[in-house]
Amino acid sequence: MAITEGQLFQRNRSLHPPAHSPAYKTSALRSPQIPLWSLQNTISEISGPTFKPAELGALDHDLYSNYAKSGDPIGERTIVHGHVRDENGRGVANTLVEIWQANAGGRYRHVNDRYMAPIDPNFGGCGRTMTDENGYYFFRTVKPGAYPFRNHINSWRPAHIHFSLFGTSFAQRLITQMYFEGDPLIPMDTIANTIPDKAAIERLVAKLDLNASIPLDSLAYRFDIVLRGRRSTLFENKLQGN
Amino acid sequence: MTQTLPYLSETSSQTAGPYVHIGLVPSQAGFDIFANNFTNNLLVPGVAGEVITIEGRIFDGSDTPIRDMLVEIWQANSFGRYNSPEDQHKSLKLEPDFRGWGRTGTDFETGLFTFQTVKPGRVGDQKQAPHVSFWMAARGISMGLATRMYFGDEAAANAADPVLNVIEQAQRRQTLIAERSMRDGKPVYTFNLYLQGPKETVFFDV
Ligand SMILES: [Fe+2]
Repeated sequence: MAITEGQLFQRNRSLHPPAHSPAYKTSALRSPQIPLWSLQNTISEISGPTFKPAELGALDHDLYSNYAKSGDPIGERTIVHGHVRDENGRGVANTLVEIWQANAGGRYRHVNDRYMAPIDPNFGGCGRTMTDENGYYFFRTVKPGAYPFRNHINSWRPAHIHFSLFGTSFAQRLITQMYFEGDPLIPMDTIANTIPDKAAIERLVAKLDLNASIPLDSLAYRFDIVLRGRRSTLFENKLQGN
Repeated sequence: MTQTLPYLSETSSQTAGPYVHIGLVPSQAGFDIFANNFTNNLLVPGVAGEVITIEGRIFDGSDTPIRDMLVEIWQANSFGRYNSPEDQHKSLKLEPDFRGWGRTGTDFETGLFTFQTVKPGRVGDQKQAPHVSFWMAARGISMGLATRMYFGDEAAANAADPVLNVIEQAQRRQTLIAERSMRDGKPVYTFNLYLQGPKETVFFDV
């Protein structure tokens, strides 16, 4: 009998923020109060949408160029790259990775962002790519700036890039944030600290990767991502609840 | 010494934040950047099945509609087949152009979300009632919320659905059932979600 794949590994919730994190005030009214119902995965959770590289534009992964109107954006020329694997350590191939971020001054191109830092006319702040056949991805962008947000009187977000990932199962869907090595705002950040596990926060901090930098051109940071793994259905004939 | 297991740890979730639209629904953030955008219209030419609208609001603990929520849906086609390599039920017809997935942001004024799609069929071994998977993310939500929408006009199938039936309190099952009505001669399913309070929606640890 062949080893086929079944349900996803149970999620280790201690690595994720609780729905209600008292210091993150907005979570108070947006957190379900009743425990989540545990759902044995069916085909509805194990399956997931697929995307094709042809659906993306040639510059979609190049935030440095994909909204350039009259020149280049202001900011540190930066490459972000990494490996997307599952908890079994296998590369997740051909999966959609989407990112968004503030510009170098910490301002978002968004109708609801009122921060006084200027919009950069040559920077949109979003991009997307697919992992290659081994699960690797890369983007080019400018390093985002820190910005204030209304939580405490003087709350600031460390520089960060938002990431959205799919994997192969809709139950692997994940949104997270990447931080930059050495940023002094990380230890005091309300959002990073919604994660109860210090080592798990560290894994969201991308490391400066000089070997991947382009001399005289761009610095590089490495951010590896792990999506949920799947059980092998040893001694089982079919997927449960299928 | 004992061996160690080789598993990696899943990357931690973080809130999508207030500006999620920039990355995932840029038109709502107020600009146009990609030639090809992912939208709330799942329909493609020639797709089989009943064309429906799904709409609703998501209410916070103060009963206020959440106006900055990302909402995604994932569903089978009208034959009950998911457009995913994971679905190998080859007796159910696959429509390669129907992805079965869409996304939108709730309206900045009204909090309303809307999807145009077809009503899904019964999936896999046909034991589950027709349903649509929902996944939501927003500011104040540190980890995406997963739930399902069932169809109010499928009472018999819903009563036999193995997922609905594991929910201990029968009245809580009702939080997952969308009401069907007709608007301008077209079917609309209304699915309102409540994050807290006596009508709190059932959310799943999938
Ligand atoms: Fe942000």
